Amino acid sequence: MQHKADTDASRGDAATPDTKRDRITPAGRPSKLPAPIYLDYQATTPVDPRVLDAMLPWFNTRFGNPHSQHQHGWQADEAVQEARAQVAAIIGARSRDIVFTSGATESNNIAIKGAAKAYRHQRNHIVTCVTEHKCVLESCLQLERDGFEITRLAVDANGHIDLEQLQMAVTEKTLLVSLMAVNNEIGVIHPLREIGEICRDAGAFFHTDAAQAVGKIPLDVEAANIDLMSISGHKIYGPKGVGALFVRRSPRLQLAAEMSGGGQERGLRSGTLPTPLCLGLGMACKIAEREMEAEHQRITVLRDRLYQRLTSELDNISLNGDAEQRIPGNLNVSVARIDGAALMMGIPEISVSTGSACTSGALGPSYVLQALGLDAESSDTALRIGLGRFTTVDEVDYAAERIVAVVKQLRGQQALPTRA
Amino acid sequence: MPSEIYLDYNATTPTPKAVRAAMAVAAEACGNPSSVHRFGRAQRARIENARQQVAALAGTDARQVIFTSGGTESNDLALNGVTAKSVVVSAIEHDSILRGREDALRAPVHSTGVIDLQKLEVLVGEAGPPVLVSLMLANNETGVVQPVAEAADIVHARDGLLHCDAVQAGGRLEIDMASLGADMMTLSAHKMGGPQGAGALIIGERVQLQARVLGGGQERGYRAGTENVVGIVGFGAAAQLAHEHMDGWQRVAQLRDRFEVRISDAFGDEVQIFGRDVTRTPNTCCIARTGIDAETQVIALDLAGIAISAGSACSSGKVESSHVLAAMGVAEPVARTAIRVSLGPSTKAADMDRFLAAYKALTKGGVAHAA
Repeated sequence: MQHKADTDASRGDAATPDTKRDRITPAGRPSKLPAPIYLDYQATTPVDPRVLDAMLPWFNTRFGNPHSQHQHGWQADEAVQEARAQVAAIIGARSRDIVFTSGATESNNIAIKGAAKAYRHQRNHIVTCVTEHKCVLESCLQLERDGFEITRLAVDANGHIDLEQLQMAVTEKTLLVSLMAVNNEIGVIHPLREIGEICRDAGAFFHTDAAQAVGKIPLDVEAANIDLMSISGHKIYGPKGVGALFVRRSPRLQLAAEMSGGGQERGLRSGTLPTPLCLGLGMACKIAEREMEAEHQRITVLRDRLYQRLTSELDNISLNGDAEQRIPGNLNVSVARIDGAALMMGIPEISVSTGSACTSGALGPSYVLQALGLDAESSDTALRIGLGRFTTVDEVDYAAERIVAVVKQLRGQQALPTRA
Repeated sequence: MPSEIYLDYNATTPTPKAVRAAMAVAAEACGNPSSVHRFGRAQRARIENARQQVAALAGTDARQVIFTSGGTESNDLALNGVTAKSVVVSAIEHDSILRGREDALRAPVHSTGVIDLQKLEVLVGEAGPPVLVSLMLANNETGVVQPVAEAADIVHARDGLLHCDAVQAGGRLEIDMASLGADMMTLSAHKMGGPQGAGALIIGERVQLQARVLGGGQERGYRAGTENVVGIVGFGAAAQLAHEHMDGWQRVAQLRDRFEVRISDAFGDEVQIFGRDVTRTPNTCCIARTGIDAETQVIALDLAGIAISAGSACSSGKVESSHVLAAMGVAEPVARTAIRVSLGPSTKAADMDRFLAAYKALTKGGVAHAA
């Protein structure tokens, strides 16, 4: 790993890689002042400096439109094709199966609505799950209003679907099974191989939203029989505004384009390809592929350290989602008798969340946690702590200390008959 | 080795230093703009600042700006996000409009490249209400400016909506929403010095829009997906810079006009410059050269270190003659010899001199001996 342990957690912007710290941290900052610490890696990740370095020249001297027929254009196109190969490599796909999009939300929209439009006269049933990302659920809802039949599988208390239920739900009318690889709130990993087998046996296409999974767990579209896979740039230390969709070409899967126009990306996704963003995604995949294993181990140690500390110093704290089948960077805990939002306000210098960023503006308990069977009160007490590539031991220790202190304080306050 | 002289600004533009600097600051920051913590709020503030910068360019309120992934997505959202029973578009629209609604009626243009407003009025009358009309402000191949305000009057008299694709006009011409009478307007960042991958659809108060990309409800529910913060910041900076330097285009127009005079003097009837008699964007020159295929010209000029294009970049991979020139009544053999030269704020007189020399050296075989 490239990242030296930071010995002074209070020194700089925790979300910023060590190599950049000295540049952006105001000198002479009082060391007592807590740094803002970023522990929300499922919402988004900082751009890896190596990714940024790869992108920058393409904003400047190499700015060509990759669809232009001159040297500026060819140069950009060549770079985009290399990036395409890098994205393909991390999921065991071929370059020609990768379509660049503006992000995982668009990828999910194209995959679900595009397949539905292309095959609606043959099959009209889609199977998904209640804990999917909003953009999958919303796309399915639109199709339901449009005459599709949608089955939304429930999950157990650990966040897992029941494979037998899936088996029963999938029929010869099932066009598509859309199940995420890793959940964005609780980090739970779905059994992709088993799901893929069920889909293959029924002749249904398998789409997986892998926004939270790429670079975190090994993925292989062949081994898991995946036909469509959504990928995000900004969840894997790449830039925002870019993603990809894996679309199986053999046997060929048809998709109706959502946007028409210049016919870029094999007609599946028109619009000028943003060269620097595509390169950023490619580089992010390349780094993730190389460093995934080491990173997995390092983050697991940090996660365990944090959880250990929280559970040993606080009572009535419970983990949401399966403890084993989850990515190491996610800790979703319910702290009994503590409102998650109040806790967040008590630790303003630590950026965590109470749930998905997309819906965090909205009030109300998390639909993912409710699906696990948590009552409204337990959902309200949940805190999502996301660890990642640039998280340090000091940050974890600081966060644990502060969370413990604030929880104790809040619980103490709550014991009083009146609150200020 | 890239070409030394870039004259393909209608395909994409380099990003000025100030824009890159703004983006570099944003790129070092982390945070999802939808997150409520300080990292998220800082990102949100960057986006809202950019929204104001883009709104200022279009003379609108920031609330009316919806950020998208670019011009194509904005056009798709405009065409398919409103409830319109019928759609009328001009025959010279970008492919993203022409293919955005296959059932659209097409309004013809005059030989000048300007839409035939009388025919538009007839088509709007024939089309079942509610009607949506999409008319670009400036054409990407010829630069010809369309009478959007007049078209808007026609459309509004029938209670219809007017969408204006202002991708090629943004940052090059005044694009005041109110004076154009547009109900919706598309802008692209990378045509005005911003990055690729960012654009906007600006919507008027009376537009009822349904999202096309569904999900987390970002952009007030009109466009889901985590915002491209760096791209949006670059877009905002580019919009502001372009707005401040609008008078710089006079110099570019003079360069272009002087070049056209010299070409006409040198070649007479051998060349034909399209849309020369009507208002164009200050930077665009579409020019046919008898007997030399556009592809040949592009390759020869590229070898001479000059980047131009044979049409729009999106379709330039395909061997297809221009639908824009065809709509203007240009015969196919002539249209096949047309190239698009598009200048930018940093194009110099010396660049045009070198281009002229290379252009003069073009032969049927395509061998150019640049000065």
